[in-house]
Amino acid sequence: MLVIHCPYCGPRPELEFRHCGQAHIARPLDPSAQTADEWGEYLYLRENPKGMHAERWRHMHGCGRFFNALRDTTTDFFVTTYKCGEPRPALPGTAPVGGQR
Amino acid sequence: MQKFSAWSLLKEAFGGQQGWQPQWRRAAPKAEYDAIIVGGGGHGLGAAYYLAAEHGLTNIAVVEKGWIGGGNTGRNTTIIRSNYLFNESAQLYDHSVKLWETLSQVLNYNVMFSPRGVMMLAHTVHDVQVFKRHIHANRANGVDNEWLTPEEAKAFCPPLNIGDDIRYPVMGAALQRRGGTARHDAVAWGYARAADALGVDIIENCEVTGIRRDANGAVEGIETTRGSIRTRKVGVSAAGHSSVVLGMAGVKLPLESFPLQALVSEPVKPAFPCVVMSNSIHAYISQSDKGELVIGASSDSYNSYTQRGSLHINAHTLAAICELFPAFRRMRMLRNWGGIVDVTPDRSPIIAKTPVKGLYVNCGWGTGGFKATPGSGHVFAHTIAHDEPHPINAPFTIERFRDGLLIDEAAAAAVAH
Repeated sequence: MLVIHCPYCGPRPELEFRHCGQAHIARPLDPSAQTADEWGEYLYLRENPKGMHAERWRHMHGCGRFFNALRDTTTDFFVTTYKCGEPRPALPGTAPVGGQR
Repeated sequence: MQKFSAWSLLKEAFGGQQGWQPQWRRAAPKAEYDAIIVGGGGHGLGAAYYLAAEHGLTNIAVVEKGWIGGGNTGRNTTIIRSNYLFNESAQLYDHSVKLWETLSQVLNYNVMFSPRGVMMLAHTVHDVQVFKRHIHANRANGVDNEWLTPEEAKAFCPPLNIGDDIRYPVMGAALQRRGGTARHDAVAWGYARAADALGVDIIENCEVTGIRRDANGAVEGIETTRGSIRTRKVGVSAAGHSSVVLGMAGVKLPLESFPLQALVSEPVKPAFPCVVMSNSIHAYISQSDKGELVIGASSDSYNSYTQRGSLHINAHTLAAICELFPAFRRMRMLRNWGGIVDVTPDRSPIIAKTPVKGLYVNCGWGTGGFKATPGSGHVFAHTIAHDEPHPINAPFTIERFRDGLLIDEAAAAAVAH
């Protein structure tokens, strides 16, 4: 089980959280001006990186708040978590390997 | 190819088993092929076999980064069924079930297809309504599926607890008698052996690192860890790594990769006659011929390529198994493992041409691709050979997500993931 650091509550077990998919997806500001391709992309196309992934989590059984995280999908290691509205943090040098130490 | 028969067994028994030959050659990559399949799982090997057997393309290769059948083909729970709701899915999966029925004879390889019946349990009024809708839709599509009362379900599967004192009592079940199981490794090996006999090169330990394209953007070859290979046609059948491989050609697909886990118990005598799955409380169980209970757990909620998952996922499914089958409460689990499944937004696969000329993809099987192995390989081979989809896979395009023509099965494995 992962230990996830909620930016509001601190480290908690994965069971308290819900994964909510890719982070930083903005709803189109002018929906009627979107083409079919753009709608399809907004609705369905997601990043699926083998490596660093910016994703949303929600602390369902805790504070209930959404936040974002950077996690390496090859190790499941969380590099950082950050509050919604904050920009995606620059990566601190090389990504750590092999889980939390 | 050395043909297997009662006679060959007898001959080898008297010859000290010294005459058996390797079942496929250890091929080294040639400089050029007419087509290359990326991914040596059941789907990829199946496609290679049908390309050679039905479309006359024998100068082809399957490249596999590890060993064949070592990915999801060797990691799944081996369930076969075709009781899907929508017409498009029913066609695709039933095509596959029909191929399963004769596969051992066609390949001269015992894939141990065992149509022992797949029973899906209903625990709520909603389940009952949904399953009956499925049954009617299936029968309209010529796919067998029937409704059982709890007592009939118990008669079909004696270990089942139909008492009303459990948290979600069994209210009935949908049974597909033609469904069942097969031996997962044998499927990969059988296809590999038959394809090899037709001249297909099966190249293991050969990871694709790039897809080369010409000035017009069409495919002209691949880069691998064993050198570059020229070809005008590449069929990607890379399961959880489909996004990675297609990304090499700049193609982005609506896929996300998740770990999906399974586990097996210690082996016991035959005690469980069929396949049982329960969507509502997530139980998923059958017994292998070796005697192990084969249990499918849920997928993890987050994208990952780690081929492992969280233990609480397994604990959850075992709680449901213990309640439904109290006789198994004291059994020990031998091992668990994870595979990486590529999931589409509508939980239906993509078997299609891509925007890149000469690049084809068979992916998005999510949590339920094993059952489709022969049918998927068959229609994918057609798509590659003719540069046009087979009528059965024509609806399973990439463009359906742009056009809103989803095939919204919601759960590829009959259990919600």
